[in-house]
Amino acid sequence: MIGRDLLGIEDLERSDIERILHTAVHMREVGEREVKKVPTLRGRTIVNLFFESSTRTRASFEIAGKRLSADVVNFSPSSSSMKKAESILDTARTLDAMDPDAVIVRHEVSGVPKSIADVLDAPVINAGDGAHEHPTQALLDLFTVQQEKGRIDGLTVTIVGDILHSRVARSNIYGFLKMGAEVRVAAPPPMIPPAIEELGVKAYTSLREALDGADVVMALRIQNERLAGSYFPSVREYAATFGLDRSKLHYAKEDAIVMHPGPVNRGVELSHDLADHRPSVILDQVRNGVAIRMAVLYLFAGRKREHGQSRRTS
Amino acid sequence: MAQETPPSIGRAAARGASAVSAGRVLLDDTAIARALTRIAHEILERNEDVSQLYLVAIPNGGVPLARRLAANLRQIAEVDVPVGVLDTTLYRDDLKMTGERPLLRRTEMPSAVDERVVVLVDDVVKTGRTIRAAMDALMDFGRPRMVQVVGLVDRGHRELPIKLDYVGKNVPTSPRETVSLRGRDGDLEGLLEVTLLPADARGDA
Repeated sequence: MIGRDLLGIEDLERSDIERILHTAVHMREVGEREVKKVPTLRGRTIVNLFFESSTRTRASFEIAGKRLSADVVNFSPSSSSMKKAESILDTARTLDAMDPDAVIVRHEVSGVPKSIADVLDAPVINAGDGAHEHPTQALLDLFTVQQEKGRIDGLTVTIVGDILHSRVARSNIYGFLKMGAEVRVAAPPPMIPPAIEELGVKAYTSLREALDGADVVMALRIQNERLAGSYFPSVREYAATFGLDRSKLHYAKEDAIVMHPGPVNRGVELSHDLADHRPSVILDQVRNGVAIRMAVLYLFAGRKREHGQSRRTS
Repeated sequence: MAQETPPSIGRAAARGASAVSAGRVLLDDTAIARALTRIAHEILERNEDVSQLYLVAIPNGGVPLARRLAANLRQIAEVDVPVGVLDTTLYRDDLKMTGERPLLRRTEMPSAVDERVVVLVDDVVKTGRTIRAAMDALMDFGRPRMVQVVGLVDRGHRELPIKLDYVGKNVPTSPRETVSLRGRDGDLEGLLEVTLLPADARGDA
């Protein structure tokens, strides 16, 4: 099963996802100990290669690596100096020559982690690429739902917000569908990609209909500055129609949970009250993110390309 | 989740359970029960202050053995000894960096280990590397006053300076042979017999 790299949920089998979630259960237990560190990856090197700025995801991978005793090196070249594809691959090759056991890549352009994986011996883990995928976010969301609900199969999951630009939405759509959930998306019409229903989800422009009977409601972050005016009239209007608060949540199941990949625009995607209290599970998602990334590093780190297989040209 | 305790195999046991009947039986149901009763008596002999005892099982095979030892101790001395489970996978020194990673198993340590006399319980002891890993894991949970070790079967072939305090049966084996545990209905809880499989049944254990 499980390939050398983790580039997207689209590439995974259901059994791969189950294996990662099963491993995360045990990694979470390690995180609950007084000594939150195991020697599993001692002497191994993990490189965080973040072309796009990120504090949360980077910190989560860094803590995960350190809890497994790996040496974690952060490398954040400014994206302005790295516009050309060649220089990205040069940077990656330079890092590869230092013999890391895993390279974690984030980039604002879709497909960059794949291009890097094609030239590296080390396994590549995608930490978010453009509007393509963010697999570890989807895995931690799946894990959180499984912990909260005891299952994923048969649940109804409603994803609310900017589906068009969201790698979190894409990865979650693949993940929840593979695990047997019903997936709905809800957004103002311009934010719903035209062919989205071909993936097997149902698209709604009415939040009320989309929430009817939902077990899980996932709100996505709105990039206010960029989108207001073109995709929806104003932030205030978005908040009024698609922002979640306790009264709108009544349309969902009584025991529905609310998720958000963070950081929350309080009063926009979620009301202040929902952002901080049950049934929202946002801090559990963060906590589970460390366990999922420990699981991913345990399962992927060190699985380098065999020497005969090298695709390097130089 | 799909991956739970695989039935009818111990940690050092053959994965091909169908070959079990072909081997030589080392311990049958009665012999296992006798060994566990004797070991319970030996634990009480060695440890005057039974209130500090803490049985810690190494999964999968150690778990049913530790539970049965706890039941024996309750019957003989009317003490309730806590039973913990400690997975050693993340502490092993032989994690292969190529290919698939081993499945993790649960760790549940219901009581603190500080100042306790911890008795590690494993099914089959061979190289001693699992016991070494278990001791490292244990130290991350605290500072036990003493650590003792139970092995239902001691095969020899130690690669580390580790000796067992309580042994069910010493069995001279070839390193290429496999020791297999089989339970009633695939459930190790009702452990029925321990079998030695010849080298050609499966490679090294």
